[in-house]
Amino acid sequence: MNESTLRETLFAALRTVAPEATPGEVAADEPLRDQVDLDSMDFLNFLIRLHERLGVDVPEADYEKLVTLNDFVAYLQARLP
Amino acid sequence: MIEFRLPSLGSDMDEGKLIQWKVQPGAAVKKGDVVAVVDTSKAAIDVEIWDEGIVYELVLQTGETVPVGTVIARLLERGETPEHAEEEKRRRAGSDATLGPALAAVPAPVVDATQAAPPSPPVRGSRPRTSPAARIRAEALGIDIAAVAGTGPQGAILLEDVERAASARAQPQDRGAQMRRTIAAAMARSKREIPHYYLAASIPLGRASRWLAARNEGRPVTERVLMAVLLLKAVALALRRHPQLNGFFRDGAFQPATGIHLGVAISIRQGGLVAPAIRDADAQDLDALMRQLTDLAARARSFSLRSSELADPTITVTNLGDQGVDLVQGVIYPPQVALVGLGRVAERPWAENGTVIAMPVVTVTLSADHRVSDGHAGAAFLGEMARLLQEPERL
Repeated sequence: MNESTLRETLFAALRTVAPEATPGEVAADEPLRDQVDLDSMDFLNFLIRLHERLGVDVPEADYEKLVTLNDFVAYLQARLP
Repeated sequence: MIEFRLPSLGSDMDEGKLIQWKVQPGAAVKKGDVVAVVDTSKAAIDVEIWDEGIVYELVLQTGETVPVGTVIARLLERGETPEHAEEEKRRRAGSDATLGPALAAVPAPVVDATQAAPPSPPVRGSRPRTSPAARIRAEALGIDIAAVAGTGPQGAILLEDVERAASARAQPQDRGAQMRRTIAAAMARSKREIPHYYLAASIPLGRASRWLAARNEGRPVTERVLMAVLLLKAVALALRRHPQLNGFFRDGAFQPATGIHLGVAISIRQGGLVAPAIRDADAQDLDALMRQLTDLAARARSFSLRSSELADPTITVTNLGDQGVDLVQGVIYPPQVALVGLGRVAERPWAENGTVIAMPVVTVTLSADHRVSDGHAGAAFLGEMARLLQEPERL
């Protein structure tokens, strides 16, 4: 999967939990949860959607590595099946 | 014949508009079946039935708005014929024509000082009394006060009546504004009537965090449990020993609840909130609680809740920790008598056995109704929660 497809998939998953998020308004290099209102339940649901779409199961211990959208892209690219 | 009345939709919702019947005459229904979808100021709600029978007659028409307690359908009991039902209908129409929806639907009027005069017969044709607050609110909202139905003494028009008239006028697309008014009415009533007291306790979550991390490790993302669920379970278990925080204050007296049904406050992304119930939360394991919390959050946000979920809560829990809040001083949701607030779980310096260590800590607050309980009881409840959370494996 190339990077732009991955970013699209990420955003589609994000919008299932935060429908108001628009690609132009979320900076990929700034903390996601500062820009989009995500509580712990939303964050978990976001990871569940990613798991469904990409087959990557993010362990709880890795949550702290995933702060910005760019972090997600790098993390997922390294682990895509 | 069974008369099916529009059930309570939560204490702050006193009417509903029929969107759709889910059953037709002749259909067999049983306890818990969803029979209709009703729109309220907060959500489109699936209305469940609590009787068993055959649908005989649908009284309420699509698009009609009626108060809670109104007969909206009639059912035949086992072995009953339509002839029986018609006969009983005629009999009832004769005997209790004056009762009907008013039985269950009339909200307890809130009497303020301006209406405390002794009752006297209403004078026909005279202008109804209006509380000053109601008059000001009506002007602000552009409501014709003469057209508002009063529920106060001698038909006096109260602030709530104006609020109700305003929400009835609102269009469905004004859901946000409508919900704001509904919340305003409930919260204003709470602050007016309930003498709140507030307590806070910092509870260490070192053990609970380690235990939960170990439990979640190796579980797929779909089976993990959030710390919020452990806290909810601790609230529910602590309530078993403190029933004076779990129930309702109605007609001047406390009515303890028979079950522990936690109303969980869920914010709606477009603004506003609802607090549907997790029933019998004290008797459920953590995985079951997590599933229900996930399900309720999703359905609350898509405006699809069941009538029982909104009417059932016996206490409310609000969790603002994810927003970075340290402590919540919550407003009790009447007629409940307590609200538990959960703050952020954050690492803090914690002194224990003469050493200072970094410890995950949560500040739990209790807002409780002083007409029902005292600070001593509230403190014991928070102490019980703190104890329970030190033994997470027993939650």
